[in-house]
Amino acid sequence: MHVNNEKYSTVEEKNSDISRPFFLLKHNASIWRLIPFLVAALVFAPVVVVFSSFFMPADEVWQHLVETTLPSLLINTFWLSFGVIAGTSLLGVSLAWFTAVYEFPGSRFFSWALLLPLAIPAYVTAFVVLGLFDYTGPVQTSLRSWLGSELTWFPDLYGRGGVIIVMTLAFYPYVYLMARNAFLTQGKRLLEAAQSLGLSRQQGFFKVALPMARPWIVGGIMLTLMETLADFGTVAIFNYDTFTTAIYKAWFGMFSLPAASQLASLLIVIVFVLIIIEQQFRLRMRFAEMKRSSRASGILLSGWKAKAISCFAASVLFFAFVLPIIQLGIWAANSLLQSFDQRYLEFLLHSVLLSAMATVITCFIAILLVYAVRLYSDFFTLIAVRIATIGYALPGAVLAVGIFIPLAWLDNQLSEWLSMLFQIETGLLIQGTLGVMLIAYMTRFLAVGHYPIDSAMQRITRNIDEAAMGFGLSGWAVLRSIHLPMLKTGIFTAATLVFVDVMKEMPITLMTRPFGWDTLAVRIFALTSEGEWEQAALPSVTLVLAGLVPIILLMRQTDK
Amino acid sequence: MKLHQIKHAYGKQVTISHLSFDLKKGEIGCLLGPSGCGKTTVLRCIAGFEPLTAGEISLNGVVVSCASFSLPPEQRRVGMVFQDYALFPHLTAAENVSFGLHRSSAIERMQRVTDMLQIVGLAEVANKYPHELSGGQQQRVALARALAPHPDLLLLDEPFSNLDITLRERLSLEIRDILKNQHITAILVTHDQDEAFSVADVIGVMHQGEIMQWDAAYNLYHRPANRFVANFIGQGVFLPGRMLSAGKIEMELGILTEDIYHPCELDNEICHTGCEVDVLIRPDDIVYNNESTSTLQAMVIHKAFRGAEILYTLRLSSGRTVLSLISSHHNHAIGEKIGIKLEADHVVVFRREKYTDIQE
Repeated sequence: MHVNNEKYSTVEEKNSDISRPFFLLKHNASIWRLIPFLVAALVFAPVVVVFSSFFMPADEVWQHLVETTLPSLLINTFWLSFGVIAGTSLLGVSLAWFTAVYEFPGSRFFSWALLLPLAIPAYVTAFVVLGLFDYTGPVQTSLRSWLGSELTWFPDLYGRGGVIIVMTLAFYPYVYLMARNAFLTQGKRLLEAAQSLGLSRQQGFFKVALPMARPWIVGGIMLTLMETLADFGTVAIFNYDTFTTAIYKAWFGMFSLPAASQLASLLIVIVFVLIIIEQQFRLRMRFAEMKRSSRASGILLSGWKAKAISCFAASVLFFAFVLPIIQLGIWAANSLLQSFDQRYLEFLLHSVLLSAMATVITCFIAILLVYAVRLYSDFFTLIAVRIATIGYALPGAVLAVGIFIPLAWLDNQLSEWLSMLFQIETGLLIQGTLGVMLIAYMTRFLAVGHYPIDSAMQRITRNIDEAAMGFGLSGWAVLRSIHLPMLKTGIFTAATLVFVDVMKEMPITLMTRPFGWDTLAVRIFALTSEGEWEQAALPSVTLVLAGLVPIILLMRQTDK
Repeated sequence: MKLHQIKHAYGKQVTISHLSFDLKKGEIGCLLGPSGCGKTTVLRCIAGFEPLTAGEISLNGVVVSCASFSLPPEQRRVGMVFQDYALFPHLTAAENVSFGLHRSSAIERMQRVTDMLQIVGLAEVANKYPHELSGGQQQRVALARALAPHPDLLLLDEPFSNLDITLRERLSLEIRDILKNQHITAILVTHDQDEAFSVADVIGVMHQGEIMQWDAAYNLYHRPANRFVANFIGQGVFLPGRMLSAGKIEMELGILTEDIYHPCELDNEICHTGCEVDVLIRPDDIVYNNESTSTLQAMVIHKAFRGAEILYTLRLSSGRTVLSLISSHHNHAIGEKIGIKLEADHVVVFRREKYTDIQE
């Protein structure tokens, strides 16, 4: 996701009189010049479509929405964002600080284990928590039988608090990861400097470590916030209406695509404000960047402080990962005979097929982008790449609307045209095909695929190419013996990340899937909307297992 | 400032043992030694970042560290200049300097920051951020920051190692002047002897967690306490010799008599006639002899041009090599035989240890 501009411009070179293969060539390569702009246009089209509906005359449904639900949507979204920001930054920053600076019982273990909750989609955590703690769940039931009375004091989870808690548990690793990275790169040296200048360790945290880590922490919070705004599954399970569920309801409940699109345009405005804030902080991050100091051993804690920190980390891990996994396991075991059938295999097959196709397309386009930038790294190309990789910030529900509207229009035009010209009734050609969905996936996850490949490419400097050709290697030989091995890991990482993200994706799949293409995520949505927690466990376990793969990759990367 | 028999260990690995020295107010001390000898650890013990397992450290007569107690670093009034400077990247130069003045009033603080930046010659870059400053400027900001709160003791951990050589020489003299003008007691840690010689009043040569010799630079060079110091400080070669009688040594280059050698680790009780010894010969002890009568001939096997002089590596007829610093008027080719003679005011002699064969 991080596009580092300076690197490209420094490797720019002028003389290219040697004959070179396509990927090193500047002349006669106009198609490469166009690629970033084509991709950017493709990615940005849905944004333009959705945004243009902002200015369109409103229909009745929209009027109705404005009068009835819009105020509560805004209030809900505000409190949800506020609560999740507060919760994730509290958990993420404190845990990052403890694991980066101190040594306490289990600190090594917690430093990576605290990332594990990323493997569980938020909507899975959501229904597990509900299933555990609602009126008929095991916790309340056993409490009731133990106390012998009704639990009037037990908090109602179907509310703002419940959603906030679930999203905090699901998203805190973003803040944790970024903040921890910041604290580790600061090194102990700066805290020692603060101490030698008369500050206690606590004062050092607030006056040195925290201000320095601020760009990273804000980056983590922004990621969390984008996930929160994009979330569909969790809020749907909690019946907590936000923009994404409202878009879904307007489209599939009230059958008003314009109203859905107008809701989407509001959400996009909010997201763009966030993108701008994030870009500002990313710029500052660059200034504060330092060499990663050698991994010095942390400050050894003992006594009650160490125990308290261990307990804190353990309880976060317990509620965010261990408990959901145990409960899922029990449910899955109970319902295995019932759930594991032909239909389950079908859902699984659909999920894998869709993910595989989306992965191939996304990685292919990411590689094209990376090579195009290698050839032309001028200002406009870089802007085009930046736009092309903006999809990670766009909520799936918004993308679904933004891609569906122009394709539906095209479809209608096409069928009208065909029937007029050839007198054949073709019906709708584009709608209801996999193509719509795959384009949407690619748009949403191109950034995820682009970043690892791009960083791998940045290690292949022009000097490496020239050194290789200096040894008499032909262009294709350079590609095969230098580029491919050096890009391999990056492409693999990209493919894994995209694959798993597509598998977990819910709103795009739900809104644009062709008939009969239900996936595991869609299945979970259907089952949980009827409160069938136990039945939803098996598909969830499958998603969690898939989700573990990129987390393990991430851990290996951060441990280095 | 006094260290008494201190000991420090990481787990079972002992890093410092039986280390003692003391510094008077205003004195600049230096710990000199190869990397990994524990010198930075000593500094970190004094600053309070590392606990002691034995011994004690006292500042102004107050014990700040012993095996059972360690005053927190922030209460020690010890300033520190780190090897990588550890400037706060989110603060400007002036803000960095004022960081340690959090107990003073705003006016005092401003005054002190202005003064300190003036002293280190950085008044113009007060509002720049560390990444906008050059290495030398960052170094001086780090010094100003450490000095601003009037520390009782200043610690400098390899402060010049990240700078290029010309800057290193200039800054080390500048810093010595600043420290002396401000009457600061300071300890410098370095592996570079030139740096140690130009900044410090008194130097401790460290080896494997112990101080081998705590002395002025002159004595380290001319009166090394043991073979390690003799080898580590300056250049030189050990040549074998034999005691003819008390105070008279016969060696390949001629006979040394009592008034020209300084006995070391040697007294006449252990060392008597016939005893095998090693004699430390410095490059300036061997001079060029162009008299045709010269009996000592040596072959040039390597030469390094030093401007005014050339440092020759010469092979004696016995096959041993010596170093000789000869005026560069005498330019000899490699392989050429030249006449030399021993002209030493005082040389250092160690008793021959059977298992060591020290050749530089």
